[in-house]
Amino acid sequence: MMNYFPDEVLEHVFDFLESHRDRNAVSLVCQSWYRVERFSREKVFIGNCYAISPERVIARFPRVRSLTLKGKPHFADFNLVPSDWGGFVLPWIEAMARSGVNLEELRLKRMVVSDESLELLARSFPNLRSLVLVSCEGFTTDGLAAIASNCRFLTELDLQENEVEDRRGQWLSCFPDSCTSLVSLNFACLKGEVNLAALERLVARNHNLRSLRLNHAVPLDALQKILMQAPQLVDLGTGSYVHDPDSDTYNKLKSAVQKCTSIRSLSGFLDVAPRCLPAIYPICLNLTSLNLSYASLIHNSELIKLIHHCSQLQRLWILDCIGDKGLGVVASTCKELQELRVFPSDIHGVGSAAVTEEGLVAISAGCPKLNSILYFCQQMTNAALITVAKNCPNFIRFRLCTLNPTIPDPVTMQPLDEGFGAIVQSCKGLKRLSLSGLLTDQVFLYIGMYAEQLEMLSVAFAGDSDKGMLYVLNGCKKLKKLEIRDSPFGNVALLADVGKYETMRSLWMSSCEVTLGACKTLAKKMPRLNVEVINENDLIDASSDDRQKVEKMYLYRTLVGPREDAPEFVWTL
Amino acid sequence: MEQDFVGMATEVSSYSNEAELELGLGLSLGGGLVKAKGSPWGEYGKIMTAKDFPSGFCGTKRAADYGGGGPPDVGYSAPPGVSQVVGWPPLRTYRMNSLANQAKVLNDEEEKRVGGNDECNGALKENMDNGSNKNDTTVKDNGQLGFVKVNIDGMPIGRKVDLNAHACYKTLARTLEEMFCRPSTTINSNCSGGQEKGKGTQPSKLLDGSSEFVLTYEDKEGDWMLVGDVPWGMFLSTVKRLRIMKTSEANGLAPSFRERNDRHKNKPI
Repeated sequence: MMNYFPDEVLEHVFDFLESHRDRNAVSLVCQSWYRVERFSREKVFIGNCYAISPERVIARFPRVRSLTLKGKPHFADFNLVPSDWGGFVLPWIEAMARSGVNLEELRLKRMVVSDESLELLARSFPNLRSLVLVSCEGFTTDGLAAIASNCRFLTELDLQENEVEDRRGQWLSCFPDSCTSLVSLNFACLKGEVNLAALERLVARNHNLRSLRLNHAVPLDALQKILMQAPQLVDLGTGSYVHDPDSDTYNKLKSAVQKCTSIRSLSGFLDVAPRCLPAIYPICLNLTSLNLSYASLIHNSELIKLIHHCSQLQRLWILDCIGDKGLGVVASTCKELQELRVFPSDIHGVGSAAVTEEGLVAISAGCPKLNSILYFCQQMTNAALITVAKNCPNFIRFRLCTLNPTIPDPVTMQPLDEGFGAIVQSCKGLKRLSLSGLLTDQVFLYIGMYAEQLEMLSVAFAGDSDKGMLYVLNGCKKLKKLEIRDSPFGNVALLADVGKYETMRSLWMSSCEVTLGACKTLAKKMPRLNVEVINENDLIDASSDDRQKVEKMYLYRTLVGPREDAPEFVWTL
Repeated sequence: MEQDFVGMATEVSSYSNEAELELGLGLSLGGGLVKAKGSPWGEYGKIMTAKDFPSGFCGTKRAADYGGGGPPDVGYSAPPGVSQVVGWPPLRTYRMNSLANQAKVLNDEEEKRVGGNDECNGALKENMDNGSNKNDTTVKDNGQLGFVKVNIDGMPIGRKVDLNAHACYKTLARTLEEMFCRPSTTINSNCSGGQEKGKGTQPSKLLDGSSEFVLTYEDKEGDWMLVGDVPWGMFLSTVKRLRIMKTSEANGLAPSFRERNDRHKNKPI
């Protein structure tokens, strides 16, 4: 029946498909759907920049206006991937510039972005509206200056947790006076000074600004002036929040904040002076998102007083110095909570136990809507996990990180297999799971058996034998990303079902028992996989012993064969 | 060779009253100690072995170690060594740097009150003294440094070291030595009683006993300098990355280094 509809109708129907997965599915139905879909797709998502080439993406989707790219493997976030591994955005920008793509949005995660790339981006795409960089590196504030100067219709510049070299070149002042289109500006991760006067003028003339996240170099008196100009803000990241609470500036801040009745999301507080938090109490009632995970200088008692005001919170990111008691307060106050992240505050020394399993249990009991958790803690018990599983069957993301990666249940001295088993059995919609603590093959048996919707699994220092990994590969039908470190999984597990890897985006194994020979075998059998071996000490070459264990292996499906930009310590077999 | 370095260090050091900063010789990796006069680096030529880690951490790598049944016979308290496992706890570099910066702020205030820790006392003091001479921007640079890349000649892969975790050259040197004497700091490698499991030729070369390496850094102007000649605080404000260079190459570095340092002597801070 659909064949009798003209293309425009099909296109109109496809317009309603938001997710790229739906569009991918639709494009597989038949040739004409494939054709209509590809000419109408404007938002393209590439989960692994080496799975395909920019030229082929552009050829298939000539009307692409928004591109999302992810580069390095997830474990790169934790220094497990050598720098210079790859993930360069420049070839993508060059290809799009050459082809005359009308790029409006670019979203990058874990990619290497040079100033040259940013300059080319700014020059080549006059309609660029949105640039979002998450966990990227390789650029300086000079690159940002190029973006500010040239992108006349920029609405969004969002820099999240990037490593940016500060050149002190007044990049913020490069926004011309004619720039009035900004909706979102986030430069919280920048280390250097910004021209405060330029910032205030920028905010004053951009009346559509909804989201503003400042860096630590913006002091409280500047914040106060900015808020006076932008009471319409919905999302605010304060800079340094230090001032004398008895001063005139602070009083002005209080009245400025009171006018900001639209603020729903708050973050920052990178430096905090005591007794200054009450200024924000008036807006706490409206907050749905609060990120205090960089505010380690807030005193615990002030923090808890603050939480008491935040009854509408849906998302909370916090440091573990809130303690179990503080989490109890969260549990009794924040009944709408959906996502909680508790980060460690003391990683260099031996800290006192800040949060334990008790805090997690309290949250699970008090917050019925909880579906996403990242929890760093000193210890965890099976009993607690079982309780949490019972209280919260709706978890979509469950990430637990014990600071000692192989700590058992301190009460029973047993591994945490049963606890995690309960989680996967109860949470039928679980898509992402990170394990820690003492774990045997048993936990993987449970995961393979119950985690039917699981897409991403992170494993560290866990398991006893190949059986563990096999349970997962055989059982988790929807698995997309598997990353394993320091676990005794080897060749038998790796080679048991080679076809599985084409159904996944990628597999990472480091400090496991996999040998070079097995990687070679796998690469030979599966030409549409790139099997990369990264050895820190010895470069792999023709004379290498096949029985040698590889230190790091990263394999991913790809349509374009081995990449040409691999450094010498990465060998694609 | 030894003579050259001693000579060079004393000649270019503009802070002769700070004896502990005279870097007589570079990083002595592999246990062979090469001392220069008054060098504080003499003591650190130690390679950590498995027994330097509290057994509670090493001994519990897998359930198989105790047969998957009864409780193990070692304690499980979080050992101080936990934070030295690469990539654990799994936190983004950006976050680690921020935490380190804020911890440093608290620490520095503590140190001011308590009088500094034994190891870094002299260095910390001059760090703070220098801090008061700098303008705000440079102090902020100090605070925001965090991880810098470090490469060693002969190994293609670089690592990253957290400068915020150190208050003086001594501890930095020790950390670097650990990092490059045990290539991958994981349970696998360090718990095998010191056996390297044939992980490569690098460790055995270092264990020859000669100090063939020197620690250098690239500063903000792109010049390569010998580590240790300037006060720690100044080093922090100017270092971009580190390189553990073969001594033979560093010799070539010396003349230009000397010139540059002469220029630096005349530059206002």
